Amino acid sequence: MAHATDTSTGTTRRDFLMLATGAAGAVAIGAAVIPLVSQLAPDAQTVAAGAPIDVDLAPVAEGQAIKLFWRGKLIFVRHRTKKEIEEAKAVDVATLRDPQTDEQRTKAGHEQFLIIYGNCTHLGCVPLGNAPGDPKGDFDGWFCPCHGSHYDSSGRIRKGPAPLNLPVPPYAFNGDTKIKIG
Amino acid sequence: MSGHSSYVPKTGIERWLDARLPIIRLTHDSAVSYPVPRNLNYLWTFGGILAFMLVAQIVTGIILVMHYTPHATMAFNSVEHIMRDVNYGWLLRYLHSNGASMFFIAVYVHIFRGLYYGSYKAPREVLWILGVVIFLLMMATAFMGYVLPWGQMSFWGATVITNLFSALPVIGETIVTFLWGGYSVDNPTLNRFFSLHYLLPFMIFGVVVLHIWALHVVGQNNPTGVEVKNVQKDTVPFTPYATIKDLFGMVVFMVVFGWFVFYQPNFMGHADNYIMANPAATPAHIVPEWYFLPFYAILRAIPDKLGGVIAMGSAIVVLAFLPWIDTSKVKSMTYRPIARQLFWAFFVVCIALGYLGAMPAEGGYVIASQIFTALYFGYFVALFVVGLFERPKALPTSIADAVLASAHGGSAARIATATAAEPNVKG
Ligand code: HEM
Ligand code: FES
Repeated sequence: MAHATDTSTGTTRRDFLMLATGAAGAVAIGAAVIPLVSQLAPDAQTVAAGAPIDVDLAPVAEGQAIKLFWRGKLIFVRHRTKKEIEEAKAVDVATLRDPQTDEQRTKAGHEQFLIIYGNCTHLGCVPLGNAPGDPKGDFDGWFCPCHGSHYDSSGRIRKGPAPLNLPVPPYAFNGDTKIKIG
Repeated sequence: MSGHSSYVPKTGIERWLDARLPIIRLTHDSAVSYPVPRNLNYLWTFGGILAFMLVAQIVTGIILVMHYTPHATMAFNSVEHIMRDVNYGWLLRYLHSNGASMFFIAVYVHIFRGLYYGSYKAPREVLWILGVVIFLLMMATAFMGYVLPWGQMSFWGATVITNLFSALPVIGETIVTFLWGGYSVDNPTLNRFFSLHYLLPFMIFGVVVLHIWALHVVGQNNPTGVEVKNVQKDTVPFTPYATIKDLFGMVVFMVVFGWFVFYQPNFMGHADNYIMANPAATPAHIVPEWYFLPFYAILRAIPDKLGGVIAMGSAIVVLAFLPWIDTSKVKSMTYRPIARQLFWAFFVVCIALGYLGAMPAEGGYVIASQIFTALYFGYFVALFVVGLFERPKALPTSIADAVLASAHGGSAARIATATAAEPNVKG
């Protein structure tokens, strides 16, 4: 052993080899973890299912709402009544938990259509309020039965444990009643 | 505490094996000659009952897998296929689904036993923490198992519980997407839960081995909380005393288990889970399985999403710190006049939280949940404070003294001779 000692610094070739082996091992383990974790992410097929979809809103009558799926996620399309639109606009945004104006949540000229994700931002249940007999909560929008969140007619959180408004998915109108989601 | 081994190989083959793999010696020392405190009551039979339930779940589970299909479009029907077409499929599935509930009944008795008799205190801290780990693994296993039949409760339970992680700041949403393998609970989620539901019971098995190892290093606690001082006087050999008593406890437990399986197989379940999963509609009233209800009540009591998740997690994790939270040296609550009442109050609080977890989260129920959540955590604070000034009752000088003081005259003498004679009796 003595011949391997670099007496001036007290380090040896063996110390260097230990460190180098340790470093190489750490890199190797790190590299092995990447595929092990990455496989958990949405796979190519699931991602591909997120291609944009076209929806015709003409059959959705005023006061009616429909549910559809995009990327496996539930989306609500509501054709709002005049009263519901006015209520949504009359709110003082500063008082909201997640401040957003109704204009930010709809497309200009198409305010009657509210298009939002349909899973409660609390823990993901589907709020009631689409079918005619459903409870709509205290604000003419939706009521989540799981832990009692109330959303208004713009899908904004007004009461209950949910932290955020029902998000608006990416979409654009191409035509008066035709939208492309995605 | 078992001292040196009393195993004597009798045949040539046994001697040959003993010199190569002393497995018979290990079994003999840990399940035959192993000394157990002579004053254990029936609450101590639940450890054996739990071991039995784990094996029962593994056996029925492996058989269910032979007929079950882990796919979002087929899982529900494959469970119905098990129920209707497979020979005795109904029995195996009901044993497995009710077995999960019975497993939790046993573990809750086992945990409360530990809380009452101070089994978490030195030198059993590691033993206790391993128990908390087993409890957490059991919860994960049961949760993922419940997702497998892919009914409405399966689906929405999975949605709500996985969404808990979205409360974490910054990385929350990514974690949820990685749990789901998509943008909502779907087939990839079912597949990975199936894989983990198969794996985790075997991890539980591994931790149970550690748990029993730790137990056999420090020895069992007992109703007095006084440690064994004289193995001759204070203990009896595991076989036949504990073996037969555990077996009797197990049989009685199985009678109850059997009653549920044969007469009320869906009593502890939810009718909604016989409706196939529908991602477009949540059942009007979703509740987790009964064994999660107290923790669910704590989750909902906190009006803030992240706060609720933290409170629920802490409610379990706090148990692991109990050995250092409880400041009293006296183990058994029998000798702690104040803490004993606190214990029973805590017991009632847990039941009340369980009830509240099943009620809708509105109005008075929310306020009540908040009060009981405060009381739940209050127990741990109170144990810390009370231990500092409480004056315990006089402890018996030894386990033998405690037993002989309550038995009378002749019978006491008989017990004493039986015990002293024991080491000579063949195991
Ligand atoms: C700690 C032990 C275990 C617990 C607590 C447990 C719990 C559960 C629960 C609560 C269910 C849902 C039952 C229902 O409502 O239908 C379930 C289902 C299932 N489990 Fe387990 N399980 C355990 C071990 C295992 C093992 C070891 C396997 C396989 C090797 C297994 C395979 C299955 C299968 C295939 C199902 C779906 C069929 C069904 O729903 O009945 N389980 N488990
Ligand atoms: S999931 Fe909607 S309130 Fe909790």
